[in-house]
Amino acid sequence: MAAAALRDQLTALLSSMFSQGLVDEQFQQLQMLQDEGGTPGFVSEVVTLFCDDADRIINEIATLLEQPVVNFDKVDAYVHQLKGSSASVGAQKVKFTCMQFRQFCQDKSRDGCLMALAVVRNDFYDLRNKFQTMLQLEQQIQAYDPKQQ
Amino acid sequence: MDATAFPYGLRVLVVDDDPTWLKILEKMLRKCSYEVTTCGLARVALDILRERKNKFDIVISDVNMPDMDGFKLLEHIGLEMDLPVIMMSIDGETSRVMKGVQHGACDYLLKPVRMKELRNIWQHVYRKKMHEVKEIEGNDSCDDLQILRNSFEGLDEKSLFMRSDSDTMRKRKDVDKDHADQESSDGNTVKKARVVWSVDLHQKFVNAVNQIGFDKVGPKKILDLMNVPGLTRENVASHLQKYRLYLSRLQKQNEERILGAARQDFSHKGTSENLNLRSSFQEQPSNIANGYPHASQNIQTQANMLDSQLEDTKSTVPLPVPDKKRTLASDAADSQNVTSASSLGGVLSFKSMPVNQDRKPSETMILECQAWTGGIPSKQFMQYPKHNHERCDLLGDYSCLPKPDLEHPVGPSNLYAPPPLISMSCGMEGDARDFSDVKPAIMDCIKSLSPALTCTVDSVSVQLSDSVVTSIDGDLKSSGVDGLPSIKDCCLDQTNSQGSLRPSQEPSIIGSTELASLPEDLPSYPLHGVSLENIGLSSIDLLNYSDAMILSGLQSNWYDDLEFSSEMMDYPSIDECLFASS
Repeated sequence: MAAAALRDQLTALLSSMFSQGLVDEQFQQLQMLQDEGGTPGFVSEVVTLFCDDADRIINEIATLLEQPVVNFDKVDAYVHQLKGSSASVGAQKVKFTCMQFRQFCQDKSRDGCLMALAVVRNDFYDLRNKFQTMLQLEQQIQAYDPKQQ
Repeated sequence: MDATAFPYGLRVLVVDDDPTWLKILEKMLRKCSYEVTTCGLARVALDILRERKNKFDIVISDVNMPDMDGFKLLEHIGLEMDLPVIMMSIDGETSRVMKGVQHGACDYLLKPVRMKELRNIWQHVYRKKMHEVKEIEGNDSCDDLQILRNSFEGLDEKSLFMRSDSDTMRKRKDVDKDHADQESSDGNTVKKARVVWSVDLHQKFVNAVNQIGFDKVGPKKILDLMNVPGLTRENVASHLQKYRLYLSRLQKQNEERILGAARQDFSHKGTSENLNLRSSFQEQPSNIANGYPHASQNIQTQANMLDSQLEDTKSTVPLPVPDKKRTLASDAADSQNVTSASSLGGVLSFKSMPVNQDRKPSETMILECQAWTGGIPSKQFMQYPKHNHERCDLLGDYSCLPKPDLEHPVGPSNLYAPPPLISMSCGMEGDARDFSDVKPAIMDCIKSLSPALTCTVDSVSVQLSDSVVTSIDGDLKSSGVDGLPSIKDCCLDQTNSQGSLRPSQEPSIIGSTELASLPEDLPSYPLHGVSLENIGLSSIDLLNYSDAMILSGLQSNWYDDLEFSSEMMDYPSIDECLFASS
């Protein structure tokens, strides 16, 4: 009973993430990979990797933008990396924000970059919260029925 | 258990700095039943590939990586391992994709890559093998390749196939054995599937490229000019691609490499290593590096170094005849490296080196003769094998000649020219009469030369007289007057290399119109270029060898010339470099 409720909750969460454009079909692909491959921890592993890496990159970018002379090429490289990471997990919204961010890098606009950084950070934190909720739900579901997954 | 079994267990190396993506790709590839190795840094990937030779079938690499550009990695892999490489990137910009393809990527995938794309990557491995099979199968008529191919069978695959796919070849063969009725013949050919770019084959290739001109060069044209039965357009195309890559890279690095060569004691390893220890493609870069120290060491160290150098030269002498030829070839490969020619040729040629036991000297020689085009007197080469013993003797005799000169060094740099050149003279059937015939003529041209140089001139003259061109003497004389023919350049440059360097003069000598017009002259004046370049393997090699020595003997002004010669992308070959510097 409780497991079913949790599963409903999870499904609702995922569909809201899709409908809000937080994640795209690539994320679905990951889930399919997990389900077909019979490897339960895969999505959680990837999502955790992504969150750690994205967090690191965002901090790097923040540090770079604090410098008196901003190396925009370097910033751009990091943003590009973040874009790649987010694309790989299907973090669509973060990916789109990164694409805008890169435009500011090319314009060498410090203010633009700072603004874009704030947006990316915000989007990322939002996504990370949802991911964390998702992982918790999955764990709880698994605790109820280990054979399920 | 049938052909579909092949892609299973395909060994894939994935290189990406993005840990998330690495994880996902690994998962996806495993799902395709491939063996996956992941790697976050391009340099580490290269190390893995070098360490674990023949342990991968295909590489998937990201384009944007912090430590090394994906294109750079691609280039390294292409040159060293000849593995299919798939590039991937989030950017699908046409220019980026094109760049990837130009650098030799067999595919360019856009991130996020999907399962359906990865499921199919084995096709690149398979296609490569198929081409190789086709190449060899089409070559049955070609004795040269046939010989090489036959000799593959008894040889340690490591020394021949420094191929990552050789394991897979084995696998495939095993698979095929299970279905011997269907595929056994295929399996056999798969095993042998590769065109070996031996020294002479590469030389033909380079000659063809020169004749056409580097700008206008195309695989088909080269193929036609090379006129090697069985060689396919694809063989030539891929070789050309590698050659181009190599040249462009070399152009950039030429100068710094020569100047900044790390000094390793190469001379101790010397000839024996050259013979055939250098069995792997992967070792090549270090050999390139070694090539320079080898040379530059010679500049700096004096007589004692010289002795070891001499020993190198001499130690080639007592070898059995077929081996000797190969020894010389390996020297050539050395100098190829030094003189900005394709090391690839050198490397590939090593693959065939262990083969030489299987080659009958006469066969090889004749093969070479047939392939040389452009009015080279083939008669001479046909006789070549018969004179092998004589040559050896002569070589033995003459290799002692430099010694007296070496004891009276004019400058540290001049000392290296004599040994190889003298060997060269011996390589040419060593007709003693020619010495006396032509020497005076040349002596007219160069009166104020040191004993060492005189010695050099002797050998050049022998070479000339052997090339069956009647007007040699006239040419030589006029060369003294006009300063045009290459022979004179040779002599003059030698003079310059003798330590009394006159920087302002050298470039003009090297940059003479002679060089520019060389390719056009090739067919009609064998004496000019072709004869010097193409006379038998041993003479080429020795020429190159001497060239390397000369180059190394020059001071930094000379490097300008080197650069010049490699800038002349129309004729960026061993031979031109040889000419530019000799």
